[in-house]
Amino acid sequence: MRADVTLSGAAHRLEGPLLFARREADVALNDAVEVIGDDGSARVGRVSAVDDDNMVIEVLESTTGLGLDATRIRILHRPLEMAVGPNLPGRVFNSVGMPIDGGPPVAAAQMMRIDGLAINPAARDLPRDFIETSISTIDLMNSLVRGQKLPLFSCGGLPHDRLATQIAQRARLRDAEAGEFSVVFVGIGVPYDIAANFTRAMEESGALAHTVMFLNHADEPSTQRLLTPRFALTAAEYLAFVEGRHVLVVMTDMTNYCEALREVSASHGEIPSRKGYPGYMYSDLATIFERAGCIRGLQGTLTQLPILTMPGDDIGHPIPDLTGYITEGQIVLGRELDRKGVFPPVEVLPSLSRLMDAGTGKGFTHEDHPALAHQLFASYARANRVRVLASVMGVEGLPENDRKFLEFGDAFEERFVSQSEPRTLEDSMALGWELLRGLPAGELTRLSSTQLAKYIEAGPGPGDSPQDRSLAVAEGEEGSGY
Amino acid sequence: MSKAVIQWIGGPVLKARVSSPFHVHEALAVGEQRLLGEVIQLSGDVITAQVYEDTTGLRPGDPVTGTGLPLSVALGPGILGHIFDGLLRPLGDVTQHWFKPGLASKRSGTFDFTPSVTEGDELEGGQVFGEVAGPGPGRGCLVPPNISGRVVSVVAAGEYAEDDVVLVLEDSEGRERQLSMQHDWPVRHPRPSAGRLPADAPMVTGQRILDTLFPVARGGRAALPGGFGTGKTVLQESLAKWCDADIIVYVGCGERGNEMAEVLDEFPELEDPRTGRPLMERTVIIANTSNMPVAAREASIYTAITVAEYFRDQGLSVALMADSTSRWAEALREVSGRLGELPGESGYPAYLASRLADFYERAARVKTLAGGEGSVTVIGAVSPPAGDFSEPVTSHTKRYVRSFWALDRSRAQARFYPAIHPLTSYAEDVDTLARWWQLQGNADWKEHRRRLLTLLEQQAKLERMARIVGKDALPDEQQMTLLAADLMNEGFLRQSSFSDIDRYCSPKRQTAMLRLLMQFIDQAEEAVAKGIAPAKIAAMPILRKLQRLGEEFSEEMIEDKPKVAAEIGAAFNELEKQEAAHAS
Repeated sequence: MRADVTLSGAAHRLEGPLLFARREADVALNDAVEVIGDDGSARVGRVSAVDDDNMVIEVLESTTGLGLDATRIRILHRPLEMAVGPNLPGRVFNSVGMPIDGGPPVAAAQMMRIDGLAINPAARDLPRDFIETSISTIDLMNSLVRGQKLPLFSCGGLPHDRLATQIAQRARLRDAEAGEFSVVFVGIGVPYDIAANFTRAMEESGALAHTVMFLNHADEPSTQRLLTPRFALTAAEYLAFVEGRHVLVVMTDMTNYCEALREVSASHGEIPSRKGYPGYMYSDLATIFERAGCIRGLQGTLTQLPILTMPGDDIGHPIPDLTGYITEGQIVLGRELDRKGVFPPVEVLPSLSRLMDAGTGKGFTHEDHPALAHQLFASYARANRVRVLASVMGVEGLPENDRKFLEFGDAFEERFVSQSEPRTLEDSMALGWELLRGLPAGELTRLSSTQLAKYIEAGPGPGDSPQDRSLAVAEGEEGSGY
Repeated sequence: MSKAVIQWIGGPVLKARVSSPFHVHEALAVGEQRLLGEVIQLSGDVITAQVYEDTTGLRPGDPVTGTGLPLSVALGPGILGHIFDGLLRPLGDVTQHWFKPGLASKRSGTFDFTPSVTEGDELEGGQVFGEVAGPGPGRGCLVPPNISGRVVSVVAAGEYAEDDVVLVLEDSEGRERQLSMQHDWPVRHPRPSAGRLPADAPMVTGQRILDTLFPVARGGRAALPGGFGTGKTVLQESLAKWCDADIIVYVGCGERGNEMAEVLDEFPELEDPRTGRPLMERTVIIANTSNMPVAAREASIYTAITVAEYFRDQGLSVALMADSTSRWAEALREVSGRLGELPGESGYPAYLASRLADFYERAARVKTLAGGEGSVTVIGAVSPPAGDFSEPVTSHTKRYVRSFWALDRSRAQARFYPAIHPLTSYAEDVDTLARWWQLQGNADWKEHRRRLLTLLEQQAKLERMARIVGKDALPDEQQMTLLAADLMNEGFLRQSSFSDIDRYCSPKRQTAMLRLLMQFIDQAEEAVAKGIAPAKIAAMPILRKLQRLGEEFSEEMIEDKPKVAAEIGAAFNELEKQEAAHAS
């Protein structure tokens, strides 16, 4: 390895985040540098273009206060890396991977590139381990599995952070060895109180010792927001694929990340695509989200739960749109349900989990789980169609069957979607069957005749009454046993 | 080999000073790691090139070596049944957990080769000169299309590596040509054929809504546009599993890594319903996932269609599933932006339409150089931003495809799969394909199809009306139409890819199901005409069975069709009897 070289007086032009300098030492593309101003503070940067005589440095932090003559450039002769080691859990880092909890630097077991490498698609193991989150709309209807990336699509002012915290606290595997787990919390442009709330919640459930936090506060330079998830995922990859832990990464708020991407792209003078976001936003987001997964022959897994707030509550906005094309489904939160007082306000129809079929059903959860979920989706979609009819002509003008669907729709939201207590999958399923029993049996075409006879026509049986398992997952004792 | 030295590098684009001549589109090896690149511009003694891999660590002064060939891939018997990156470099080594730059393109292993020619034979380009042992089709070894000559020597049957010389030809100019089981072919050049043939038979997909309503011809082109979550990928995978092509080339272009894992996980386990062999044996996977280098994503589509053409040239029918062409177009946009080209609509380069045309035009049913018949059918998924079909990629694609399968978000949200919207989709080859159905014993196919589409069209109109006046206020016949359309949607168009019984539906079963449902609708309409209320028909117990016909009427039960037909007849007799008793 080459020794560090520091150049003084090489800089000759500074434009926004780009520093142009004479190439007075041997540098390679993407080498990490430290740009040191006359205030003595070091800013992280990297070499983004280089030729025989000159080089362009992209300064990844604020360039305010930088001059030309007094600026020194320290060339590190390696790409941006993070020191990772087994004592990461319990620590708090800033956007550029420096500890901010007052503790010593992490004892490095190894250095890892923050950009990571793409997982060889042939070496991926198909995610199949069902995670019970204790939330009916997720467990029963949009199941989460280990190694999945499942974002929460929310709107400003909705309780997405509370939901994400609950999932991080309660998520567990059913009837299986839990294994070592970790939570990585990534705050991207978050206010101080959200970070503090999360810390407190994890502390209360006793999981703080398993949690690594990366915080980029709302008042920190936006360029750093592009680095925060990369440092965090590097730590997560280390914990998952080197240490063999099951890692859940909660990232909030990806909208801030995308805004920062737009800002930086504009300052580079790039041709904008939709709504001013750069044309490469899809590929850029993919380099973050695709870092989730399971790898053959390795024990750990990396599951992502990114949160984004849809600008203007519009799911067609480039941020949720491109995210939805990359992630394996989405959990959509709705303002209307929130106003009705439903918590968690999950809009089940636009929500989806693509990996659900791989991790549910016979041999995974319960053999009738997929059919029940499909029937609930179909019936709730029908209830919503009837609501449109009823809004024009009133309930009286509806045929009797349609009125039953209307009742089902209301009960579904009030009793199934809304929940104040954790539910096991069995609880959720029992509730689902119960709601379906209010509908005419002839309309339940997604169920087989056997399922119809067993759950609907026979009425509540001993096999499907809510069990007292919910107590076992109450907060505290098991914590995030995931 | 020509040499150059890097002068400037930024992102995946570099400029290098040359010491010997290069040509445009020549493939390059860049740096110590010999990263793959391609020349895109020449200017005096400086070339501009794009690199298909991560360029971190390259520096001015690093060497660039030309290969003398345009970007090419090695086509040979080692392709089938394996997974490759966008430049046809093997990914199959699962102990390599990470995709690192500088991957080798050489395939390992040996093949049991048996020549089919002897010394003195005259061989033309595209002819088969031998075969490797193994199950399934696609095991022929071809003379490259641009080479012909007299056999000077040929090896004895035995084990050889794919790139060992097994045949020596002397061409008309007296030059010696050494051939191995594999040969290189530039990906951006269509492989030649002896002529195009008309597309007159459907590619049977086993999906009812496609085969019955919107068929695609063998050698045809179809587009599959849909917003996220509408089921593009699941449908593409279903087609890859059950369509009746001999070879499937599945290209994941800028899509999810887990989808590739899914294909690799499922295909070796699943059986081809026609041959009983594992599906993986007839499949080639080309994966350039969304986090792999963007420039290689642009090349992966060409790599895939070149591989498809290679199997076509062995006289096979090939289906190419491209998921998704939008990501390819975006890669085109990204590379174009970096070259500073003038952007067109939505920032895409102005040549987007002609590139799409070039790609889709490589789909065809042809007479091969060897005299056989082969075809490449292209099915391209499109991912329009916000599900808006007026965006450039969807609208240009629409101009070049013959079957358009529009996925609909509201159907997908009700978990009604495949979520193809019957009123916004179309197929242009219906008239020519009707003959095929006639030969299969279904002379009514076209008529049934027309009737089904009319019914669905009426349903849309009536539902709009019902929203204003109320369903109960509609006349009985119209209520009956709504009932019939519902039944067709539920009982025929809905088909679960995850059901062991219904994931594949043979044309024979499709015909039988359609006839049963049409019989029910005919008899129900008669009953309504006789004054029986539609609500009574809606309450018939047999209706539930018909709504679940896909699940309850399996392939093995096709012979039982008369029995079910009799059941329907009996149900109506019973209904009329009750009605008569009630009236008296």
